[in-house]
Amino acid sequence: MIEETIALTKREVKKWMKNPFLLFMMLVQPVIWLGLFGKALNLTGFISVPPELQDQFEKMIRQTFSGTTDYFTYMAAGMLSVIVLFTAMFTGMSVVWDRRFGFLNKLLVAPIPRGSIVLAKVSSSVIRSMFQVLLVFGIAFAFGLQVGNAFGILDFFGILVALFLLSLGLSSMFLAITIRIKSHETVIAVANLLNLPLMFASNALFPIKQMPQWLQTIAKFNPISYAADAVRSFILHSSTGFDAAKVAADFQFLIGFALIFSLAGILIARTGLRKG
Amino acid sequence: MPVIETNNLTKRFGPLVAVDHVSFSVEEGEIFGFLGPNGAGKTTTINMLTTLLNPSEGSAKVGGFDAEKQDDKVREIVGLVPQDITVDDDLTGMENMMLQAKLYHVPTKIAKERIKEVLNLVGLTDAANRRVETYSGGMRKLLELAEGLIHYPKVLFLDEPTLGLDVQTRVVVWDYIKKLREERGITMFLTTHYMEEADLLCDRIAIIDHGKIVALDTPQNLKDSLGGDIIELEFDKSPSDNTKTLSSLPQVRDVKKIGDVYRIKVSKGEEALPKIMEKVLKMNLRISKVSLVKPTLDQVYLEYTGRSLRETQGETGEIWRRMMTLRRIRG
Repeated sequence: MIEETIALTKREVKKWMKNPFLLFMMLVQPVIWLGLFGKALNLTGFISVPPELQDQFEKMIRQTFSGTTDYFTYMAAGMLSVIVLFTAMFTGMSVVWDRRFGFLNKLLVAPIPRGSIVLAKVSSSVIRSMFQVLLVFGIAFAFGLQVGNAFGILDFFGILVALFLLSLGLSSMFLAITIRIKSHETVIAVANLLNLPLMFASNALFPIKQMPQWLQTIAKFNPISYAADAVRSFILHSSTGFDAAKVAADFQFLIGFALIFSLAGILIARTGLRKG
Repeated sequence: MPVIETNNLTKRFGPLVAVDHVSFSVEEGEIFGFLGPNGAGKTTTINMLTTLLNPSEGSAKVGGFDAEKQDDKVREIVGLVPQDITVDDDLTGMENMMLQAKLYHVPTKIAKERIKEVLNLVGLTDAANRRVETYSGGMRKLLELAEGLIHYPKVLFLDEPTLGLDVQTRVVVWDYIKKLREERGITMFLTTHYMEEADLLCDRIAIIDHGKIVALDTPQNLKDSLGGDIIELEFDKSPSDNTKTLSSLPQVRDVKKIGDVYRIKVSKGEEALPKIMEKVLKMNLRISKVSLVKPTLDQVYLEYTGRSLRETQGETGEIWRRMMTLRRIRG
């Protein structure tokens, strides 16, 4: 089981590592988001505030935007979670490719546990996500990401763990959804249907507090909100403020999400490979 | 003991009966051909024998194991060269082979030796470390064939192994199949659309149509079943009717005179022809023209499946895959 999973994961990783265009595209997308979107919004620049109110104003902004006045930093933290979401979606696409080209049949004829086929898809998606997270984090840093003054290596690991959990759950979920789908058009439609709501009904790009009540309710069940929130807390880790209880709650949700969705997703996907 | 044995094997897709109570057996070391029009049930049968599909009714045994209930055991001893080209374009030939070896639990050390040997057999040694993307269609198919052999299967299933290949590559594939049988004694189950291929390679042929086997025999017997070979004779200046004389000769089944030409149906034309010539010359008749027409498997095939064009009923993805396969082969 483990040996086959590793062999199949290797195949997936090799596939995109050897594809320079894909690597390039992996960078372009987040750069566009960060550069165009993240830099276009200037929270403190929208309205000119009399100097005597400046402090008060900044304080209000900080309260809403998790302790930063820099929208780019706020959004970059959320972007890391969104990238995990996009990559998880690709997992679903690659299953459909494998099915259409007959590669899946080749695997099904082989004397390997069906679970290894599913596990390899999920693990390669997680590996790819982590790789992209590292790249985008580096890019965001180069673009002027303002980390908190107490940001350290542990915070960095915290970010990776949070995003790992998110990736595990989302990849399994997409795999379970797409395992029986036969056409690309359907997968793309399904992915778009899920992607945009998951991205916008979360605090990845905007604070939840600004949203109408019904949207807030959705966002509260959205794992992206929790991952983005945890990542943001780590990035903005300052000597004056780190809400450990809140981060712990985020992780509680993320661990639950990852466990339930990966177990259910992998089981459903394995059933999806059953013989007709 | 037969290596493949089916008993009333049946597969239904909704109202469509793709394979309809098919029973046959394939002996060890035999090359067994499965012929039939598109949608006749060839690939569905292969899919059931290789554990990709469960039968709706009946059973299939491969290597003594039930394909439905002991699918793990069957997978260990079976190799499949699918109709589609499934080798991974983004990997090198070697990487594709190594992946296949891993999937069949061939230890790395042994795998390396075998890959060398198998790649040599299909003539891909020089291209082993190139990405498959750079391969021609024929090379991809050969790599696909090589992959099917990495675990030394007991039974090899070849689903249209020469579909879309040029003549040179086709000959390479044929040689390869023959070599496999001679050197390894691998039992092979082959589907094809090409009659000359079936005639050349197969020990026995089953013609399947609308999910049912309509004929099953050696290529020679199938051809003989059409009534044998035909010798056409024309005499130089012979006013009399020689039909009766000719009919009395050994091996002759039927004689028809059409104009000046005598159409003689015989069994085993090559042997009958010299004997007939000898007799005829003794009768002081001079022959001006002679020809021997042997029935082809094409004729047998059309005899059993009819001449009407088929509307293929299949999965939607199937036609797309077929198109993609042809496109990739023709590169």
